[in-house]
Amino acid sequence: MKLSVLVLEGPYNHEASDSAYNFIQAALAKGHTIRGIFFYDDGVYNATKLMDPPQDERHISKRWSELGAKGIDMIVCVAAAKRRGITNEVLVPNIRISGLGQLASMIDEADRLVTFGD
Amino acid sequence: MAATGKKVMVTVRKAPHGSIYVQESIEVMFIFATYDMDLSVVFMDDGVLALHPGQDTKGLGIKGFMASLGALVDWEVTKVYVDRQSLKERNIAEDAIISIGKDEETDAPIRPKVLDSAEIAAMMAVQHSLVSF
Repeated sequence: MKLSVLVLEGPYNHEASDSAYNFIQAALAKGHTIRGIFFYDDGVYNATKLMDPPQDERHISKRWSELGAKGIDMIVCVAAAKRRGITNEVLVPNIRISGLGQLASMIDEADRLVTFGD
Repeated sequence: MAATGKKVMVTVRKAPHGSIYVQESIEVMFIFATYDMDLSVVFMDDGVLALHPGQDTKGLGIKGFMASLGALVDWEVTKVYVDRQSLKERNIAEDAIISIGKDEETDAPIRPKVLDSAEIAAMMAVQHSLVSF
């Protein structure tokens, strides 16, 4: 199945971002395809390379970037990013900034959209 | 681009103002309405509180979205529904909810259509995608 994923919450504070990541890993392991991942609202904080967690903790943005390196289309909403100071300069590699129209395309071109938020 | 007329439903389930969820769901409605998709919107659970009239966010220092909600029809977001049970549980009368636009001919206010949970469930079952806020 072809899936798209919408992430509405930021890293570390809420589990939504971790759940999204774990869901995607499980889906890939089962042979499903990820059409795209869209970060919206506080979800845009998932994409900043400025985060620097303790060494023995998961590095959430690095983890997302590694997923992006596999060729998964990963987009941060431009309006949500601008509000929160997330610019191209602070993005991890393999994630890009674009608009809600990209979410429309991800929905259109996937069999299912799975939303992770509060 | 999304140009295949697929059925997409946005659900609004959170109370307004305490988080950004309702406001951003409206942004999504406005953008999606410009794409060729069969868009519908359902207010349910605490989301029905967004339809309560007379809200003013000035004292909160936030922009608010009541004007946007009142213009949904102008933005061609026309299939807008609200869950009857959620209204009832919050003691909001069905005829007291805000209008989302005006009828072009009669100028009569258009309000979200009140539906039973079973009707909403049946609509959900035939969607290509649900976008949940």
